[in-house]
Amino acid sequence: MLGLGADRLRADMNRLLALLFHQGVLDEQFLQLQQLQDESSPNFVSEVVNIYFHESEKLLRNLRGLLMDREFTDYKKMGIHLNQFMGSSSSIGAKRVRNVCVAFRAASEQNNRAGCLRALELLEHEYCYLKNKMHELFQLEQQRLLAAGVRYPMQN
Amino acid sequence: MMDNGFSSPRNDAFPAGLRVLVVDDDPTWLKILEKMLKKCSYEVTTCALARDALHLLRERKDGYDIVISDVNMPDMDGFKLLEHVGLEMDLPVIMMSVDGETSRVMKGVQHGACDYLLKPIRMKELRNIWQHVFRKKINEVRDIEILEGMETIQMTRNGLDLPDDGHLVCGEDLTSVKKRKDIEGKHDDKDPGDNSSTKKARVVWSVDLHQKFVKAVNQIGFDKVGPKKILDLMNVPWLTRENVASHLQKYRLYLSRLQREDTVSLDGIKHSDSPLRDSAGSFGTQNSINKQQLDVANRSYGFPGNSLLVQNTEPRSHDSERKGIVSKSAAEPKGALSFEVPDSRKPKSSQMEFGHSFISPGSEVNFAEFDSNFPTRFSWCEVPQTQLKQEPKPLHLDDGLSQLTLPGKQQRIQADYPQPAPPIISGSSVTERDIGSVKIKPLNDECRNNASLASSIGSTIETSHVQTKTHAASHQAFDPISINTSSMKNQTSYSSCISDLESTQKNINWGLSPFATLDDDLQVCWVQGDCYAMNLGLQNIEFPEYCDPGLIADAPTYLYDAVRFDYENLYDPTEYPLIEQGLFIA
Repeated sequence: MLGLGADRLRADMNRLLALLFHQGVLDEQFLQLQQLQDESSPNFVSEVVNIYFHESEKLLRNLRGLLMDREFTDYKKMGIHLNQFMGSSSSIGAKRVRNVCVAFRAASEQNNRAGCLRALELLEHEYCYLKNKMHELFQLEQQRLLAAGVRYPMQN
Repeated sequence: MMDNGFSSPRNDAFPAGLRVLVVDDDPTWLKILEKMLKKCSYEVTTCALARDALHLLRERKDGYDIVISDVNMPDMDGFKLLEHVGLEMDLPVIMMSVDGETSRVMKGVQHGACDYLLKPIRMKELRNIWQHVFRKKINEVRDIEILEGMETIQMTRNGLDLPDDGHLVCGEDLTSVKKRKDIEGKHDDKDPGDNSSTKKARVVWSVDLHQKFVKAVNQIGFDKVGPKKILDLMNVPWLTRENVASHLQKYRLYLSRLQREDTVSLDGIKHSDSPLRDSAGSFGTQNSINKQQLDVANRSYGFPGNSLLVQNTEPRSHDSERKGIVSKSAAEPKGALSFEVPDSRKPKSSQMEFGHSFISPGSEVNFAEFDSNFPTRFSWCEVPQTQLKQEPKPLHLDDGLSQLTLPGKQQRIQADYPQPAPPIISGSSVTERDIGSVKIKPLNDECRNNASLASSIGSTIETSHVQTKTHAASHQAFDPISINTSSMKNQTSYSSCISDLESTQKNINWGLSPFATLDDDLQVCWVQGDCYAMNLGLQNIEFPEYCDPGLIADAPTYLYDAVRFDYENLYDPTEYPLIEQGLFIA
């Protein structure tokens, strides 16, 4: 029964990943990450993704802080943050987040505050979605490992 | 992050063991690149700041084979770092960026990057980086041989009192040197920007030209040398500053390489004293020098620089000077590598500075070592540099510093460089520092500004970050999300996320104090629970001004999102035009 559980969880994971790829939330860079995971670093993907979350949240806070400021004029600084965000999003294959950053950057280059605000919200939204999905994925993975792990001793 | 011992590459399995320094302010990429490079069997060191990277590189010259750096670094422009590394350490540098715009890539190449990678970087791109290291080594060998060839011819010509016609054929054949130069033509037309003609003339550094160059260098003084000064002195109308700069770089490299061979072999020989004195004595006559040099010319490394120096000083210095040098070198068997010249010899000493490295007493005795060291250097066997670094006495450092007669800017630069890395002063050899300080010159104003501003920029960035943090600290938007998602089990619908947010939001203290900078009326909006109703009400209102931050709250935006997006349907990523987001009526 537990063996079936592990397989089912794996199937769930694959389905989730397929969905995310289809939606364009993730791209093949994420697969690269998975390929990098090996025995010497079994939690590589989740570690990297967690670093990404940590950094992204900092950046998002900064961006929101900038835009909230009534006297905000420093679009260049916003551009810097955005570049950073784009860079790190590209590292884990967060395609949609990255695309929103591109649009955001365009708005900031035009000094379009309204556009920037809209873009920021969209960005926060996309990020939130990605984060939820990633958590889901990691939970499935953990459960699968547990299920798989428990199976073996019982077969002995 | 930092290795404690010297790491030397394994020369048996090149490119495995390639020592890579990765510089990127993005921790995600740093981790990924580290993993990727490790998978390629490379030795990786990571760095998040450009100045840390420079510190590491300076601390251990020859400690790394290649540097990979992101273009956008917080404390220093990636291109600046690139220049520094290229000039000071002459390592291949690969740039990385999210931005693949042609102009940026071109700028990278102009500044000397040997490659420009676009993020996201695939592992296969990293596998091949060793070719840049290999290529550079090969080119360096060629450059050295060419320079040696030229100098050999030069001094032979001088020694034999031949007319200065540049067509001498002797030993290292001028034609063969020229031939190699033609093949290597790319070395000399480095600067793309300055030439007015569409077809760039390639500079062939003939023996004559090179001699003019060296004369100019000696005249100016090696420590004060800069491409512009050399160019002016050389008085060659068609030569550009960039030509001189690139040749100077190669020349320095050549000198430093010879120097390194000297020291290395120097340390190996303990009995250097007596043979020195003899050979030192023979320096007194021109003929014996020539004999030596001709002897030298037959080996792959020579002393040509040594003799060249002596030759050049001849017209300018008296015998006593030379003997002075000689006795100096005799007296300093081991420490000869250091630029130890007393202040009294100021005018000449600058010449001696670079020449001194060749009149290292042990070097003549150590030809055998040279030959054996030559191949090992290029087959990755790292000659222990510890001795090199411990050799110079503090005295020499002071002398070296005092030699720099530009008190204001030069010393300031000196001061700035060691500051972020005090160990460098004690740990690195004087020659390298002097070369480093000399190299500051070509970087000129940029460097000066850079050095002095680097710290101020750093501090302004920090302070501005602090400011944004105090603004942003109040925006607890993402804490509820993180609390949220951990409590979510198998919910795939987005609306559930929202409902959780609602509950958590009510429990969160929004920390009103940092809001001091916002208007008081806004504070009203932020009362727990109320903001919800407020924002719900706002949902249907057209937003005339987006500048009022109170209207756009943090977490409640997700409410809008729930209304805006139906997440069960597939979301088309191409539909980004924000104008279509429905709620915000433009």
